[in-house]
Formats: sequence, C-alpha cells, structure tokens
Amino acid sequence: MTVSLVLVVVMAALIACGVYLLLERSLTRVVLGFLLLGNGVNLLILIMGGPAGFAPIYDESLDPAAYNDPLPQALILTAIVITFAVSAFLLALIYRSWRLANADDVADDADDVALRAGTVTMPLEEVAPDAGDTDFPVEDAEPMRADAAGEGTR
Amino acid sequence: MLIVLMVFAVAALAMLPLARALGRRVFAVAALVPLGAFVHTVLQAPAVLAGDAAALPVERWTWIAELSLTLDVRMDTLSWVLALVVTGVGSLVLLYCAAYFGDDERGLGRFAAVLLAFAGAMYGLVIADDVYLLFVLWEATSVFSYLLIGHYTHRRASRGAALQALVTTTLGGLLMLVGLVLLAVQAGTSSLTAILADLPPGPLTTAAVMLVLVGALSKSAIVPLHFWLPGAMAAPTPVSAYLHAAAMVKAGIYLIMRFAPAGVEVAGWREVLVVLGVATLLLGGWAALKQTDLKLLLAYGTVSQLGLLVVVAGFGTRDTALAAIALLLAHALFKAALFLIVGIIDHEAGTRDLRKLSGLGRRLPWLAGLTALALASMAGLPPLIGFVAKETALFALLSAATGGAGGPGGAPLDAAGQAWAAVALGGVVVGSVLTVAYSIRFFWGAFARKPGVDEVTGLAGATPGFVLAPAVLAVASLALGPLASVVGTGVAGYPALFPSSGEKTYALALWHGLTPELGLSVLIVVLGALLFAAREPLVRLQKRVAREYTASDAYWDAMGAVDRLAVRVTGLTQRGSLPFYLGVILIVFIGVTTTGLLLDRTWPAELRLWDHPAQLAIGTVMIIAAIAATQAQKRFAALVVVGVTGFGMSATFALQGAPDLALTQVLVEVVTLIAFVLVLRRLPARLGDKHGSSHRLMRAAIGIGVGTVMAVVAIVVAGARVDAPISLDWPAAAYEQGHGRNTVNVALVDLRGWDTMGELAVVIAAATGVASLLFLRSRGDDPRRIGRAAVQQRIAQRLDRVRDLGDPGEQRNAWILAGPTLDPRHRSILLEVVVRLTFHAIIVISLYLLFAGHNLPGGGFVGGLVAGLALVARYLAGGRYELGAALPLGAGTVLGTGLIIAAGAALVPVLLGQPPLTSTYWEGEVWLLGEVEFVSSTIFDIGVYLVVVGLVLDVLRSLGAEVDRQGGDELAPSARREGNIR
Repeated sequence: MTVSLVLVVVMAALIACGVYLLLERSLTRVVLGFLLLGNGVNLLILIMGGPAGFAPIYDESLDPAAYNDPLPQALILTAIVITFAVSAFLLALIYRSWRLANADDVADDADDVALRAGTVTMPLEEVAPDAGDTDFPVEDAEPMRADAAGEGTR
Repeated sequence: MLIVLMVFAVAALAMLPLARALGRRVFAVAALVPLGAFVHTVLQAPAVLAGDAAALPVERWTWIAELSLTLDVRMDTLSWVLALVVTGVGSLVLLYCAAYFGDDERGLGRFAAVLLAFAGAMYGLVIADDVYLLFVLWEATSVFSYLLIGHYTHRRASRGAALQALVTTTLGGLLMLVGLVLLAVQAGTSSLTAILADLPPGPLTTAAVMLVLVGALSKSAIVPLHFWLPGAMAAPTPVSAYLHAAAMVKAGIYLIMRFAPAGVEVAGWREVLVVLGVATLLLGGWAALKQTDLKLLLAYGTVSQLGLLVVVAGFGTRDTALAAIALLLAHALFKAALFLIVGIIDHEAGTRDLRKLSGLGRRLPWLAGLTALALASMAGLPPLIGFVAKETALFALLSAATGGAGGPGGAPLDAAGQAWAAVALGGVVVGSVLTVAYSIRFFWGAFARKPGVDEVTGLAGATPGFVLAPAVLAVASLALGPLASVVGTGVAGYPALFPSSGEKTYALALWHGLTPELGLSVLIVVLGALLFAAREPLVRLQKRVAREYTASDAYWDAMGAVDRLAVRVTGLTQRGSLPFYLGVILIVFIGVTTTGLLLDRTWPAELRLWDHPAQLAIGTVMIIAAIAATQAQKRFAALVVVGVTGFGMSATFALQGAPDLALTQVLVEVVTLIAFVLVLRRLPARLGDKHGSSHRLMRAAIGIGVGTVMAVVAIVVAGARVDAPISLDWPAAAYEQGHGRNTVNVALVDLRGWDTMGELAVVIAAATGVASLLFLRSRGDDPRRIGRAAVQQRIAQRLDRVRDLGDPGEQRNAWILAGPTLDPRHRSILLEVVVRLTFHAIIVISLYLLFAGHNLPGGGFVGGLVAGLALVARYLAGGRYELGAALPLGAGTVLGTGLIIAAGAALVPVLLGQPPLTSTYWEGEVWLLGEVEFVSSTIFDIGVYLVVVGLVLDVLRSLGAEVDRQGGDELAPSARREGNIR
C-alpha cells in the first residue's frame, strides 16, 4: 500500500507544531497544541486508510476496494468528538486555573522543587529499646495504675 | 486440623465486637480457642506417637487448583510438639492478658483479635505441609507481630520497633520464598514432606536451602539479623512472652529442625549454622549481662538461647535432634514464664529497671519462688527440664566430637564434622556460663534488697489469676524434669528421622551417672556463679569494650541510605516541571522508534505524491496555519489559525471520500471555536505574558523530531500492509446485516457499537469534568428546577427592574425570549431575527441527519452537533436565560438520558437471548409517511445524538452561562447607568 506524500508531510507538520506548543508553559498554547496534535493524528489514521476513494455509502455496483476505507473513518469520527470533549475539559481547567491563581500557565511543582533543593528531610521512626523501663508510663496512666498505691521506687 | 484453623480465624474476627461488650474479660474467652486447639492436639497423640509415617494425621484441601495451591496440613512429632507449645502457651498468655490490661486499654479488641489470629497463624505454620501455605502463614505471623509490637500506636519507639521487626523478618521471608519456589519447582511438588524426602544434591539445592535459612535465621533473630528482637520489647509484655520467646521466634528453629534431616547433607549447612549460632549465643549472653531493664535482659537472653537452639538443631545428628526438641520445649516453658513474671513486676512495681527494684523478694516470696524455678531451668540446674535438655545437648556434641555416631548410617562424623562439633561444644559451654550468670543477675535484680534503693511498695494487684499462667509454666518446667523419660517418649519421633548407630541410644533422663557432661554442667554452674560474683569488674570491662557500632545501627544506616537514595532519585527524576517530563517522554519516543525503524526494512516500493492536486493547496494552507499557530502572540489569533487547520482537515476528509468526517469536523470546529471564545474572553489577550516562551530551539527540535518520526512511521507502516483490509467486507456487511448504506454510521452504531459505547462514556466523563470545574457547589442555574414558565417570569421581573423607557432599545420587539435581559449595546437585532427564524429549522435538520444517517452521510454525531449549534446560536443571541428557555433541561439530564437509551439499545437484545447490540429490522407501510424502514440500531444512534447534544449544552452552560454569572457582566442597573454616561 502506498501513501500520499502530501498528506504525510501535512501530518508531520501538524504533529511537530502540536508538540512544540504542547511543551509550552502557557495552558492556552498547550490546548492549542493538543488540537493540532489531534488533527495530525486523525490525519495519520486517514493516511492508514489508503488512497482516496468513493464515500462508503453502499452501492451494489461498486467494487469494495473502490471505497475509501470505512474503518479508519469510524475511528476518526469517534476521535474528533472525543477531542472536542477533552478540549472542553482543558478549557474548563484553564478557566479554573485563571480564576484561582490568576494564571494560565503550568507552574513547577513546589514540593518537587523543594525536594531537589534538599530542603525536605525524611522523618525516620526510631527504635529506642531503652526509652522506657515499663509498659505503664505515667503519661498514659490508667485507672489500674492509680489502684496500685504508689509509684514504687520511681 | 483445618477446622481448628478456621475456628481461629472466625474467633479472631469475633474479638472486636466481644471486646466492646466484655472489656478485658474478652481474653478469657479468647483463651478458650487455643485451649481447645491444645486439647485437640493432645488427642492426636496416639496417631502421632504410633511412629507410623503413613498413619500421621493429614488433611488436604485444594485452594487454587489452577496454581496447584493446596491447604495441606500434616502433623508429625515435630509439628505436634510445636503445636502443643503454640496452643498451650497461647492460651495461658491470653488468660494472663485478662489481668494485665485494664478495661480502658486502647485498642483492646484489636489486640485480642490480632493475638488470637497470630496464635492461629502460628498453629497453621507448624502443621503446614505445603511450602506456599507455610510461606503465607510465615508472613502472616510477621504482619501480626508488627501489629502487636506497634500496639502502643502513640509511642514513636513502638512504631519504629514494629517497622524494624517487619522489615527485617519480611526481608528474610522474601528470600525464603525464593528458596521455597526453587525447591518446589525442582521437586515438581509443593509438598514439604515430598521435597525433603528427596533433596537432590547440587548447587541449586544448596542455594535454595541457604535462602530458606536466611528466612529462618531472620525470624529467629540470629546474628547479624538479631537486632530487631530487643527492639520488639516495645510490645506489651504478654506479646514478648508469646511471640518473642515461645512462638514466633521458634518458627525459624522449627524450619531448621524440619529441614535438618535432609539439610545436613547440604554443603555449608552445618558450618553456617554452627558459626552463626555460636556467635549469637555468645553475643546475646554477653549483652544480657549488661542490661538493666529486666525485659531487655530476657530479650538478649532469648537471642542467646535462640543461638543455642540453632547450633543444636542445625548440627544434625540423632542425639542433637533429641537435645534440640527438648531444649525448644524447655525454653518455651521457662522463657514465657519469665516474661510473664516481668510483666507482673512491671505492673505492680511500675518499673522493670533492676536499679530501682529492691526488696521485692520479701514482699512477693511466692513470685520469687516461681521465678527461681524458671531461672533454674534456664540455667540448667537439676531437676528441671532445662537441665535434662542441656545435658543432652552437651552429651550429643561431646559424643559427635569424640567419634560417636552422627554421620550417615550411624558412622562417626568425618574429621571436619568432629572439629565443628568441638567448636559447637565450646560455644555451648561458654554460652551456658553466660546463661547461668545472667540468670542469677535476673533473680538478684528483680528480688534482692539493694543498698541505697528504696524498697518497692504497694503490690496489691498480683492476684492469683495474674500469677496463674507463669505458675503453670514454671511448675511444668519442674515437673517435666523427673518426667524426662515421658518427654523422651513423646518426642522420640523426631530424632528417629536421623540415622542412628543401632546400638542403645541416648534417652532423656535426669540421671545418667557420673558422665563427662555432668562434669561440664557442674563447671558451667560454678563458672557462671563466679561470673555473676564478679559483676562489678565485669561492668567496667563491658564499658571499655563497648562496641561503637551495632547491627541495629547498621540497620538504621541502611534504612537512612535507602531514604536518601529515594530522595536523590526523586529529586533527579521528578523535576516538578511538566514540560520537562513531556520532553523526556518524547525524546525517549523518538529514540526508541528511530531504533525500531532503523532495524526495519519494510519500506514501500513507491510513493504517490498526492491523491488529488487540491491536497497540495489545502496542505500548504494547513502547514502555514500550523506554523503561524506556534508563533501567534495573541490568543484569538492563535485560535483562528488552529481553526484553519481544522477546516483544512475537513476539506481533506471530503476529498478523501469521507463525507461524514468532513461534516463532523466542520461542526466540531465551529463549536470548539465558540467554546474557546467563551473562555478566552476572560483571559488577557496576549499569550504567555508571565513566563514567555523558553527553550524554543529545544522544543522545535523535539517537535520536528516527533513529526519526522511519525512521517517515517506512517510510510513504513503503510508499506508493511500487504493483506487486504478487513473493512473490504464492511460495506456489504453493513447493508446486509445492519440494513444501512452508510458504512461508517453502521459501523458506529452496529458493527463496532461497543466502541461507541465506550466513547459515550468518555464524553460523559469529560462533560461531567467540565461541569464540576465550573459549578463549584451545585448547578445553581439548572433550569430543571426552574421551568420554562418560571424562567419567563424571572425575565419579566428583571425587565421591570432595569427598564429604562428612555432607551430606544426597549421599544424593540422581542424577537427572542430573553432578548430584553441583555444590555442593548450587546444586542444584535440581526442575530436575534436570524436565530428566531432558523432555530426550529436547524433542529428539524438535525433530526433529519440523525435518521437519514443510516443511509446517507449524517447520524447521531452529526445530528447532535447540528442541534448543539442551534443551541449555541440561541445562547449567543440571547445569553444564558435564552439558553435556559431554549432547552429547559439540565445538561446532566440530557447526557444521562442519552446514555440510558444507548445502553438500553445495547442490553435489550440480551434480554431476548441475543448478543448485546444485535440489531433488528422492520419495514412497513405507515399512514402518511408511506413505506418506512426502521432499524433498531437507530435507537442507539438516538442515544448518541442526545449525548452529543448534552455535551454541547454542558459546554454552553458551564463555559458560557456559568462563566457569565461568575464574571457578573450581565445587565446590572449600575453597569447600565455607567454605560449611559459614557
């Protein structure tokens, strides 16, 4: 099976520009990059469908190979709608981020940055077998302890 | 026996509610369970003691047949003795708990449940005959031990000690699992008996057995993994008595004893066990001598005794086997008793520090008496069972070292074996001296009067019930000494597994005459007493040689190093920057895919330039638009050029022969554009004001790299396609089975209906996500709750409030329902008229597309988008009130109805006995409409239609109406006046 070179070049350009935008920090550019990438991938699926052909509206007199492949078409149709749904979600995210932080960009995760800077210390649970010489320390004194008339030699 | 396990499990679960009702008396109930198991085990005696391997009690239960996992249990002499210890000591300890704890103890029910569950797991462990069952229960005891050590959850030391014990024993357990798997795979069976019956010599077996030993030694706190046991003393004392003296730490000894008959033939077995055992024996005893906390003294004593057990159990002759099982029994009795006594002392005196205890012996003479019994057994004094056991051990090692029976077939050991026996004997003698010394130290520390220390007062709580458990154990230590021959008969089955010389064999007894081992015993006691007498110089010596760096330090250093490594690795890889992550992923993608492509040689023979010359023109525009999108500085400009690529896609689809796609793409493009505009109007016009655009070259390189790789992938993959596509049959199948000429639509609703079902779920999830990001509390503007009449009323009220008859806009006719709610400056009479005239027509068209889509371009997706556009038009013309009036339903309702219809269409055939989504076809004459064809998959398409409408509506309600409301830019009297002034 051969492919149309023009379509391949367009697909590559869409994906390249999409990736370029996707690596931005501005959320709006990221969403636009997502749309470009979506278009590019849809084009890729279309290329996989082979050469142009008749629209797959069944006609008994036609050779089945004369249609453009309906299988990638069904996939793309689904993908178009999902891309729309997801970009709507991303838009809502942008809006939310703008409302909350007055920013529409991807900030670095503060915790990760702190970790890299070495300002985070890991707490260790320690074992101190000698810490207490009794199961019944005063701080959780129980009524049972109060019964015992004294603290012994302590 | 399986039923006993079952009872343990059920009873453990019942402890939580019972504890709430009974308080600490719950332990008395709990004690009944191991007591019952003890009685049950005693009743097995005839079968076990008969000495017939074929007649032992065995139960088998298939657990997971596919993995050949079975719940096989088998009770031979070794299992029987351990089961008696586990259940007997278990019931006594539980009884003791009833006096030890108060009713208001935190987590009483949990403690009772876990302790009982531990007893059950331990019981199962010693009778398990399947290596995987053994491992599962082994790990279960580790986990229960973790929970019990950490009982005082609010104490940092408890939590740390619990974790340390868990990490150490689990590490060993995992290595043991590897060993067990190796053995099971090699033997082709997971039955422990079968594996040990035929252990082929070889490096694989050696490696596997050594791995098993790591597990056993970590569990039994043998050097260098001994440090967790003193730490585990953070547990309540009954736990220390049961888990860390009598039961759990014996699991490792049990496993060594279980493997010993076969394992002693494995290279390195005896050497490893003797060296590590002796080291542990001496190190533990030495450390015990300097402890001031009685419980820690016992803990190090236990470490020492476990070392002794490993030496004797691992040495692997008939007589050491007899000594080992006797020692194990004796140790369980005296050590559990001593721990329980420490618990009583702690409970009554409020401390376990021997520097603070004085005069306790005078106040509690009977407690001192019991202690003396248990200590005598530990020190190996006659006539206690401990003496008998230690005598046997001394005899066995002495005889092995001097050419007695011990090797295969009862022959003497070879020279190396005799040398190791001598090493073991020396270790045992020195270790026993230390044992005697710390035994005396314990008694002196707990009960003696010490000058300069206040005497202990107030000992009211040492009730008979409290003392019962240690008393039973101590008296048993005493009683079993004279009854040594009975004990010998009981345990005889275990040493019988080892080869014997056939002559008269050594038997357990108090008196063997004036033998060399008796001389050794006397020597040990004398030296031990002298060592105690020299305790003050000894303390000074110990201080001088105190090790700076202990195994526990090594553990914490290792844990700290792991944590630091984790921080490093996290800091290195988790940069916190999403573009960085994405860049890394994409670079890996480029690298891996390029490698794959370079190795691949299926390049297509020919390329065609284009399918249609117009592709070139369209493609050029799309590329220019895409590049422009990357350079655009304004939001709207960027959006528009991205939209251009979308329309280019649509044209490409049309040229390629995909009218459905072209239609859908155009419609989606319009709706997307509007959705963007709705949001972007709230954001500043310029892009990236804050951070600007950085790493442009790098990003361009990655982008071009990915694009190029994808282009090559497309060419190569297309070239690799040689077979006829599966979809060649689709058009005919769609027509004949799906009764539709539009193959793509039939594929969506019929041939590949499930895919569409999944897609609908994704769409609904995304729509819900949009709504939940916008509507913070609830869908306050949900017209479902308002209704059309109420909306009109609200509009009228609003109108009254803001009416300004001086404004010419007010005199305009209301072409649309909510038009007058808008600021006149924002109104477009042209738009209102057009929307008014076309809205219903568009809805009709959308329905036509929906129903015609089965045979012509169209369908649920396209129809739904068209209907959505009609709603968009209403919203744009008249704002959110207009939208509410146009479709007085919540977006959620529309989405949900769509999904229910689609799912119903999918599931109804199931009720009729057909596969889901099976379609049915009707054809008939209908009045007025003429001949009508109806395919049931159309119902599914209606569901799709509604979901798409719901999605658009959701976007409008959220990104449109709700953003309006939050922005507050509606017609407000004040705003309006300002407008008039300007």
